[in-house]
Amino acid sequence: MKLAPEDIVAIWLSLKVALTATALALPLGFAIAWLIVFKKFRGKVALEVLVNLPLTLPPVVIGFFLLLLLGKNGWIGKLLDSSGIPIIFTWKAAVIASATVGFPLLVRSIRLGMESIDRQLIEASRSLGAHWYDTLLTIILPLSLRGILAGSSLMFARSLGEFGATIIVAGNIPGITQTIPLAIYDYASSPSSNAMALSLCLVSVIISVTVLFLHEVLSRKLDRRSTL
Amino acid sequence: MKLYIDVEKKLGEFSLQVKADVSGERTGIFGESGSGKSTLVHLISGLMQPDKGEIVLDETCLFSSRKKINLAPEERRIAIVFQQAMLFPHMSVKKNLFYGYKRCHSENRRIKAETLIDLLKLQPLLQRGVKNLSGGEKQRVALGRAILANPRLLLMDEPLSALDDRLRFQIIPYLRSVSEEFRIPYLFISHSLTEMQLMTDHILAIKNGRCMEETTPEQLARNWMAQSPKGYLNLLRLADPVKQNGLFAYRWGKNTLLVSGGDATGESLFELSSREIILFKKHPEAISARNLLDCTVTEMFESDGRIGIVLSVNGEKLVAEIVRSAAEELHITIHSTLFAAIKASSFRMLA
Repeated sequence: MKLAPEDIVAIWLSLKVALTATALALPLGFAIAWLIVFKKFRGKVALEVLVNLPLTLPPVVIGFFLLLLLGKNGWIGKLLDSSGIPIIFTWKAAVIASATVGFPLLVRSIRLGMESIDRQLIEASRSLGAHWYDTLLTIILPLSLRGILAGSSLMFARSLGEFGATIIVAGNIPGITQTIPLAIYDYASSPSSNAMALSLCLVSVIISVTVLFLHEVLSRKLDRRSTL
Repeated sequence: MKLYIDVEKKLGEFSLQVKADVSGERTGIFGESGSGKSTLVHLISGLMQPDKGEIVLDETCLFSSRKKINLAPEERRIAIVFQQAMLFPHMSVKKNLFYGYKRCHSENRRIKAETLIDLLKLQPLLQRGVKNLSGGEKQRVALGRAILANPRLLLMDEPLSALDDRLRFQIIPYLRSVSEEFRIPYLFISHSLTEMQLMTDHILAIKNGRCMEETTPEQLARNWMAQSPKGYLNLLRLADPVKQNGLFAYRWGKNTLLVSGGDATGESLFELSSREIILFKKHPEAISARNLLDCTVTEMFESDGRIGIVLSVNGEKLVAEIVRSAAEELHITIHSTLFAAIKASSFRMLA
């Protein structure tokens, strides 16, 4: 296996982007899953459609929309630019792209976890004197852990592989925004760099297997805890 | 406890409309499946909001559409024991037990946890997880958890229907002793006439979402005699039998009852269907039934064409059921003296 110094940076950047995107999306994903599963409100269907939209849209389209939103003339981009926070063509843009594309997977998994909770457990908690936020933290959150874990793993893995939206909003700048898939794309375009591309592919496989392995170990740990 | 309910709630095709003024410490809500009992529990506890009406517990208004009051469930201090124990699966028995206790204001904490744990015999279970507990153990923990929340009112929503008969009647003494010991009034919701007789003094019967009558367990059992598959159920607490020719001989007041299935030690609860009692005007010559009791008719009542005969057997009460034509043929009236024949196998031990 042969890795250039820029490849090491790309691996590190990929991990940083995937971890940050997952960590940032988690609280919002949990809140939205909770709203969809437990609350009745107008516009619930619209929210569900909006959350799931990135699943059906081509990533390049998502990237383009993000570019319109975060670019210098976009309404968020303008605001951030005036505050001196550049987004486009930085690693932060890659985080936003990954978070947007992986978000529906996260919400879906957490939602499945929440839907499997017996409503009477929540009712029991409320009737025992717990406020809604107390019930959320002491009953819903711990009983959704498997869903949260599955969603986080999926989202992390999806973020590692994110290409289409990232290349539009973050570009492909080696050492700054170039993640593993973008580096492989570069290598694959010149036949002499096949060995380098293969090395990065191997790294991708190793990271993915590690994530899946960790997911399994933690899931079993949760299972053991709940059958004590 | 005084509970005033005047609520309306529409749920799809079903609509609940109940108006009742309930008082007493041991009140039952009786109704068949789908009659609206559980909806009523949800409305009283605040887990569901009525479309309109008013709910007042003692002096506290829990809900009033007119005054725009709707106390949140955690502010009502009404604990629920569900049909399934609904223990929190990620917590130990101890954490389950103290869940409500920790959330109860210190000025409202009047129940000593140690006393309750002893009463429910939960000490050996405290450190265990809840998944491997038996059905009866789970329900005891659920009861303890509800009581430790120091509620003003305990709602027991069919707490025994998920248990088999044997466990059901083993749990009843716990339910009764705990509420008596800690003086917590309860609403006991069930479709079982036997449970109503054992657990309540006063009953609100509902049907198709409407309040049908306010009655007593005795009157309810009489009203339902003809419709109930087992008729009127006589409940007898019998203790310390003597073995006699393969049967158990129990003292029942001044009488002796021969029972085929019994328990040699302690007190047992038996059920005897009104349909298992055969009445004779004269002393029968020779019969196979092992119990022949001398009795006097003290009361008669009618339930959908069937006649209930309330008998006094040396001061002990027993209800037999016959068809109208049999009552007419035997010329049974109040003060008639009769013989009641009961097979030893007709007694069914509940606990």
